[in-house]
Amino acid sequence: MNIKILNFIATLVLAIVFSFFLPWWSIMLAAFITATLLSIKGVAVFFIPFVAIFVFWVSYSFILSNTNDFTLAKKIAILLPLDGNAYLLLIITGIVGGLASGIAGIFGKQCKTLIKK
Amino acid sequence: MKYLKFTLSLLLIALAFYGLNTKFGSIPPIGKFLNPYTGIWQNETDETISGSVYIDGLLDKVNVHYDAQLIPHLFAKNETDLYKAQGYITAKHRLWQMEFQTYAAAGRLSEIIGEAALNYDRQERRQGMGFGAEQAIEKMKEDPETIAYVEAYAEGVNSYINQLQPKDFPVEYKLLDYRPESWTIKKTALLLMYMTKDLAGFDSDLEYTNALRMFGKERFDLLYPDFYEINDPVIPKDTDWSFIDVPMTETPVGKFPLDTIASTLDKPHPDNGSNNWAISGQKSYSGNPILANDPHLGLNLPSIWFVMQLSTPNHNSFGATLPGALGVISGFNNHISWGETNATRDVLDWYKIEFKDKSRMQYKYDGQWKDARLRVEEIKIKGKASYIDSVRYTHHGPVSYDKEFKCDDELAGYAMKWSGHIGGNNQKAFLELNKGKNYDDYVKALKHYTAPAQNFVFASGEGDIALWVQGKLPNKWKGQGKFLMDGSNPRHDWQSFIPQSFNAHTKNPERGFVSSANQHPVDESYPFYVFNDGYEPYRNRVINNFFNSKDTFDIQDFKDLHNNNYNLKAAELLPYIYETMDVSALTNEELTILNEIKKWNFNNNIDELGPSIWSIWWSTLYNTVWDEYEVNNVALKAPFSFQTIHLLKSKGDDAFMNIVATPETETAKDLFLISFKKAVKSLMDWKVENGNYNWNDYKSTYVGHLLQDLPAFSRFNVTIGGGANIVNATSKNHGPSWRMIVEMTSPPTALGIYPGGQSGNPGSKYYDNFIDDWAAGNYHSLHFMQSDTKTDAIIATQTLISN
Repeated sequence: MNIKILNFIATLVLAIVFSFFLPWWSIMLAAFITATLLSIKGVAVFFIPFVAIFVFWVSYSFILSNTNDFTLAKKIAILLPLDGNAYLLLIITGIVGGLASGIAGIFGKQCKTLIKK
Repeated sequence: MKYLKFTLSLLLIALAFYGLNTKFGSIPPIGKFLNPYTGIWQNETDETISGSVYIDGLLDKVNVHYDAQLIPHLFAKNETDLYKAQGYITAKHRLWQMEFQTYAAAGRLSEIIGEAALNYDRQERRQGMGFGAEQAIEKMKEDPETIAYVEAYAEGVNSYINQLQPKDFPVEYKLLDYRPESWTIKKTALLLMYMTKDLAGFDSDLEYTNALRMFGKERFDLLYPDFYEINDPVIPKDTDWSFIDVPMTETPVGKFPLDTIASTLDKPHPDNGSNNWAISGQKSYSGNPILANDPHLGLNLPSIWFVMQLSTPNHNSFGATLPGALGVISGFNNHISWGETNATRDVLDWYKIEFKDKSRMQYKYDGQWKDARLRVEEIKIKGKASYIDSVRYTHHGPVSYDKEFKCDDELAGYAMKWSGHIGGNNQKAFLELNKGKNYDDYVKALKHYTAPAQNFVFASGEGDIALWVQGKLPNKWKGQGKFLMDGSNPRHDWQSFIPQSFNAHTKNPERGFVSSANQHPVDESYPFYVFNDGYEPYRNRVINNFFNSKDTFDIQDFKDLHNNNYNLKAAELLPYIYETMDVSALTNEELTILNEIKKWNFNNNIDELGPSIWSIWWSTLYNTVWDEYEVNNVALKAPFSFQTIHLLKSKGDDAFMNIVATPETETAKDLFLISFKKAVKSLMDWKVENGNYNWNDYKSTYVGHLLQDLPAFSRFNVTIGGGANIVNATSKNHGPSWRMIVEMTSPPTALGIYPGGQSGNPGSKYYDNFIDDWAAGNYHSLHFMQSDTKTDAIIATQTLISN
């Protein structure tokens, strides 16, 4: 299988598993570990974990919120302020998670490079 | 190269972690806040209201039936379990609010909000809120039963808190990035102090002292009479007081300190008050007494009230509870119903303190130096070092004003004497009312009640109606506590209290109804001294006129009265203005507005223009009359509206009518015109900015979230009429916080509603679902279950089981 797809799946699975017992930054741990084990190159180092966590956070948030008619999401989207747009809040949520894990992916890659010499 | 890349990526990841895990100003820690598994997305849900829950230390199981309004109906086998379950269920729906209110009372908001709350916290400490709560606990401890129930309640709250994972915390905790702490009996005492301050924490003694010094006694008495010309008191005028046989306190001779006071502590909302009334069987369409109550408080989300049914095999009560306190506060059981309005008595006085030296640890009293006590107040501040603001305590109470706070003199201060510091088992009064079966039980329950003094309305299935003005009230000499007193003179101390049985009351009066609306409790014939410290002179007359207007009343009449928008204040002034104001100098635009208000029939209905014009005209006129009060660095309280209108109509050429800043000598007639022109200008400016000025839009009522009306969690532009001094007392952000009507059938039939919802979670559909019905004047019929058997009205049942 393509190593990029493997990396994507591994990040996603680890992030989901960690989320049961670790706080929000477990996605960074997931991306970090994956990056050290499954080496990918170029911009994918950032974008694969970014997309994986973006998908995870957006879809999980969507499932939680959709069953409740986005009642709270609309209010938080006033608070932040996103003009009350719950979808925008979903996207921001995905970007926040994606960014954190993407950066962790880069760091993981750099660690590996350092150790490998 | 790779070292540079490594270092850069390390920096980047550290930055990302720190940036997303930290709260910046009002921006929550965004990673924590937005992630779907511990952040706000977890709050996107209604509460679970079925299944079983394990609670520590329950003696027996407790069934909690929920109806479609999310009102929990608790069926416990004994009272300890009942109050434990009340604590648990209240926390389940209102945890953040109940904790936040006790932080506010204790002066601890800086811990969660930061330095912005420091000034507020200092004031709470300087008013001895924590001290008062400790005094109350001492009193509660004298009664093992009360303290056991209060402890059970705390255990119930803590059972809930201990079950929570961070993902379950109410959304406000996530927003402010903190976590709930354990509930204690002190928090219940603090919650009761919070209410005491809101209702009995109002006074103008220092402002009056300034006014007395500036204007002299004769003028002062004209501006601030003990009794208004018209008085329709809580206890009917024909009441016979001859049974009161104790001597009155003698007025001491001697000097009063006439200080200049620049600024004073923040005060509670002046409109905090309420309506209540009850009619006897003779005046009732059905022959059953009917009772109503609507407490007027700030309109907040989550609401100050949480509605519950609380039942054991021995009693079955229902009504509005205060999250943090035990039992039903305004409600009914199978035998009796009760409700409160604020008694608005002057139970807060100030004493000038002279300290011996700069240490301020001794003060002059009765010709000697007496030791003061130091109470160390450490105010923790989020993200900063603590602020120590220790307060000295005299035998009067805390020296709120001293060189550290609003007072320049190193050797002086003002000490507070307040019924809120006496300590009292107010909780027991409510616990006993919940179990009461008749008039005697009601009177017995009230004996425990100290502060804030309330007018307790009562109706029973046996057919009695009654109203007691209850609180621990000082037996004052004439004039005592109007002004700053001499803290070194023992004769200026409160000498004694009015014996409880001599508190003003009425039972089954001849007129067939009892009522109160924060007006004067009595007329001049009551032997004890009662000073007008802000009695409301309008709502009471509308209510009493209504009940005098016909022979019998039904439930619809009660609803109509709750929603009555008649503006008696406007009706008592405007016709006089129309008669006397010179209209020859009005522009066409001004004439149009004048004609608009002239068409108004004095009802503050939503689609009327009149109330908006009146509202701005009256406030302009009021400020124009009292321009003498615009003095820098002197705290003043202008006379009340009623006396202002009285003077405008009867002493139109008094020197106070003159506008100091103009060379001409104005009279009331001139002020009408000047203020009208100004008001029209302001109204037109408003119109340009906001559009139509019908009363609904102009008033724009809102129900604001407890966190400074956070727009995301508040409800704006609620469609409702009424206003201050109107029976439907809904002003911009204040009004009937709970409306209840109870007919004493067997069992009682009751209606109730409040501007909020049962859930404290902004993500729940039950968060604010009552507001529109409340605004429209609708009620929910309260489903008073008579046994622990699920009925059609019950949507789910949850069972609380011992661990």
